[in-house]
Amino acid sequence: MAELLIPLLMTGVSLAALSKKQDVYSALLDGGRDGLRILLSIVPALVMLLAAVHMLRASGAVNAFSALLAPAFRLFGIPPETAPLVLIRPISGSAALAVGTDLITAYGPDSLIGRTAAVMLGSTETTFYTISVYFGANRIRKTRYAIPAALIADFTGFLTASLTVRLFMGRTL
Amino acid sequence: MAMSVIWSGMVLLSLLFAVSGGCTGAVSAAALEGAASGVRLALSLAGTLCLWSGLMKVMERAGLDRKLARLLSPLLRRIFPEAGKDVQTMGRICANVSANLLGLGNAATPLGIDAVQRMKGTGDTASDELCRFVVMNTASIQLLPTTVAAVRGAAGAASPFDILPAVWITSLCSVAAGLAAAFLFQRVWRA
Repeated sequence: MAELLIPLLMTGVSLAALSKKQDVYSALLDGGRDGLRILLSIVPALVMLLAAVHMLRASGAVNAFSALLAPAFRLFGIPPETAPLVLIRPISGSAALAVGTDLITAYGPDSLIGRTAAVMLGSTETTFYTISVYFGANRIRKTRYAIPAALIADFTGFLTASLTVRLFMGRTL
Repeated sequence: MAMSVIWSGMVLLSLLFAVSGGCTGAVSAAALEGAASGVRLALSLAGTLCLWSGLMKVMERAGLDRKLARLLSPLLRRIFPEAGKDVQTMGRICANVSANLLGLGNAATPLGIDAVQRMKGTGDTASDELCRFVVMNTASIQLLPTTVAAVRGAAGAASPFDILPAVWITSLCSVAAGLAAAFLFQRVWRA
């Protein structure tokens, strides 16, 4: 089923657009151009952050840090190796992508840690950025409980990511 | 500003650990290696992101986001009864959520800002519905996390999209928890 998802989606979407008499091909090219532009705009951030992340890993700081937080993370069933990702995720999207990619390549994309990192990245947002954009653009200063509630959502996401990956890993591998 | 402090802190921490652990050479090499891997990552993502963004644009032109918005409207009307009284506001909320679901981040943000603008009224305090709306937006609900799948694919995953069920369950739980927290806080947190 999962193997068919992409080709099915490509076919379905293009046929749906064709039936609406849309110029599918020029839409593809327009969108592709947008996608590459966005990617280009985050390349400098990825370079800077991955340089720092690799330094942290090589210096042993990441290991020391994960070991320090390990008891707390184990208590909640979250792999301690994902500690750097958990902490940076709500703050910066490109930093989270850098840290997550580092975890996925270091431990392997199909490992427990690699999968947990991927699910965490895919199912959470850059909370503080989103809050500052939505409230900042509309000059709302008293955000009341928006931040704590959003952080509870993030934390639940990290918990569930660890849990579901462990459950699914037992099945599929 | 936060990122400036974080980045400087990361570099400083690496330096301190490198000196105390006697691995300064490895850390210098890692800085350059990391920078190079940033470009490699971008290149490995480029193809997938380009294809995907193209497909998204086709979805948009085919009106799939509008269809999804109509489908979601009854559910969202329950979460935002006050905003539901105004057709225009509700329309923007539905469009924002469906754009997020389809991964059309660029379309979702202006719609969301517009919805917030219409919901806020006067003053600088967030209403309960506004808090709920922003919390829902911070707890991303994306049907196809393409960037992550591209990263997994580039790293040699057997099937980059096989994390989908886990991602969906996790997204649902985190949105539900965020909304539940917002509904609870609403009773104790007076404006």
